[in-house]
Amino acid sequence: MTAVSSKSNNWLKGLRTLVRDYPIIPLIILLLGLVVALEVMRPGIINERWMANTVKFAIPLAMLAACQTLTMLTGGIDLSVGVAATVSAFVAASQLTVLGPTGAILVALVPPLLIGLVNGVGVALFRVHPLIMTLGTGLIGTGCLLVYQRTVIASGSSVPDILSWLGTGLSYGVPNSLIIFVPLAVIIIVGLRRTGFGRLLYAVGENEEAARLAGVRTWQVLITLYVISGLIAGITGLLYLGLIKAPSLSLVEPRVLPSVAAAVIGGTSIFGGRGGYSGTIVGALILTVLATMLTVMQIPEGTRRIFFGLIILGVTAIYVRLTQDR
Amino acid sequence: MFRFLRKHYWTFGLLLILIALLVFTRVIQPNFGTFGLEALTRAALPFAFATAAQAIVVIAGGIDLSIASMMAVSSVTAAVLMDGASEQFAFLVIPVVLLVGATMGAINGVLIVITRVPDIVVTLAMLFVWEGVALMILNSPGGGSAEWVQGMLVGSIVLGFIPEIVTQWVPKAFIVMVVFLCIVWIPLRRSNFGLSVYAIGSSDMAAFRSGVNVNRTKIAAYAICGLFAAMGGLVLTASTGIGAPIPGPYLLASVAAVVLGGVTLGGGVGGLLGPIIAVLILRLIRTDLTLMSVDPNITTIVEGTIMVVVVMAGGFMAARRKTR
Repeated sequence: MTAVSSKSNNWLKGLRTLVRDYPIIPLIILLLGLVVALEVMRPGIINERWMANTVKFAIPLAMLAACQTLTMLTGGIDLSVGVAATVSAFVAASQLTVLGPTGAILVALVPPLLIGLVNGVGVALFRVHPLIMTLGTGLIGTGCLLVYQRTVIASGSSVPDILSWLGTGLSYGVPNSLIIFVPLAVIIIVGLRRTGFGRLLYAVGENEEAARLAGVRTWQVLITLYVISGLIAGITGLLYLGLIKAPSLSLVEPRVLPSVAAAVIGGTSIFGGRGGYSGTIVGALILTVLATMLTVMQIPEGTRRIFFGLIILGVTAIYVRLTQDR
Repeated sequence: MFRFLRKHYWTFGLLLILIALLVFTRVIQPNFGTFGLEALTRAALPFAFATAAQAIVVIAGGIDLSIASMMAVSSVTAAVLMDGASEQFAFLVIPVVLLVGATMGAINGVLIVITRVPDIVVTLAMLFVWEGVALMILNSPGGGSAEWVQGMLVGSIVLGFIPEIVTQWVPKAFIVMVVFLCIVWIPLRRSNFGLSVYAIGSSDMAAFRSGVNVNRTKIAAYAICGLFAAMGGLVLTASTGIGAPIPGPYLLASVAAVVLGGVTLGGGVGGLLGPIIAVLILRLIRTDLTLMSVDPNITTIVEGTIMVVVVMAGGFMAARRKTR
């Protein structure tokens, strides 16, 4: 009797260590499980085109979730990414005829960088809670966007060819957006593990005061972090522009909360100090597959949202249960 | 008196700003009178309830991202129940909707306590769930509302023994707001339970050690949040006459007003008066900018800037106090 219980205890402990140290393994199992379930529901749906499509839609989400992962590592969050991305898409689409593709894309990245800078200054120097700060800059950005939108309506907009190639194109059955995404992901993953800056993010998130006393200039770390987050959001906006082809106010905004969900499912703690980007990527894939699955099941929109919410909650709850020390 | 002022300096500051803004409005628009005041309070009503809902959970050390969705659920529930029903039936509908709201809030709280997932993540997930529930109840804007419920928000109060010259300055919507908020808030503030809410907000460990049932208090705080959100939903249905399943812009606005109102994120500090005044200020600024025929879109920029500047100033002052 005792042997059995201790055995199952060991098993549970092993699982717990596994989940804590390699959160990506159970996540990948969950992802594969979802794919298998999808194939069972609708045999033949899993093919190259479906996979390419899934990856194509998961990439921008994973990039937005990168902003969340990085800021969450320091105990923050960035809710202005949706607006930052939409602004950059709008600027790129409207300035194309004036500045040419390169100029338009470069100019488009200026507003998101500015939003990131303001976020960073507010969070780092004025000690504003990141949630409030990024909500506020998001509001300001939305206002500016609404004003700017009229010039777009007046001047018309078009999507740079390079962006639609990146956003929707396939080469040898592989989405072109991987050209942007793979280097970005490698930089983030390696950067978090191997560089000083990456470790500083974990240090600040674990205990900001301790990091400061250890000689870290936390304000510089935080400002840099939020600027980087703004930049990634800007690039994501350009990708969305290439993917959806029509700039609209709701281009990226509905994806912001799912991006937080992707990071949370991927095992990044919202309180900081724990997590990584590889889990987030799988999280974004899981959410994308899940969305397809709920569409395939042809259940009404309402039920679909309920499922979506419950699954986010369920996965995080299991994750917290398994990793929490008692 | 001085101590009282110092303790509530933030609320008094907000009150002064509100009065200054009212005077300013009167200057730029000499016609601004009873009608303007009535429109202002009516527009502020759903925001006020959303803010009250947010305030109590923030005081308890949490945050609720699902407020707008819960308001949508309450709004459609009310609209569906009242649609085509008799006027008297609406008397029953209101308590039912309030109960639904409190239940939704309690579910949020129970999930937070059971799963031990951070509040922000749970309510983020529940945002989708409640949104889905609202869509299931009513797929597109529709339903109806009883006449007297709609009438409750329009016009000013009529009291026989006070001359009309006074009563016309008190919009019914204002009375609704004050009555509904006070019915919940004042007993709460005076009770042990209210004290526990502040206690778990400022330090749940200390509260636990002093014998507060942290979990039960947290669930109750979320239930009251749901109750306020249900009031917000009812007001929405009453003012438009239909139920809208798509959540409005109340989440951002509620967080903004709560923070402007002097309730700090992290919990344990603040009250309800400050956030409500903040709601009125934010609405009045919107009205003023419209009166000055400023592009309504610029209004959003101004609101965002005010919010950011105020919290930055607050943060700066707090940092300076600490170093001194």
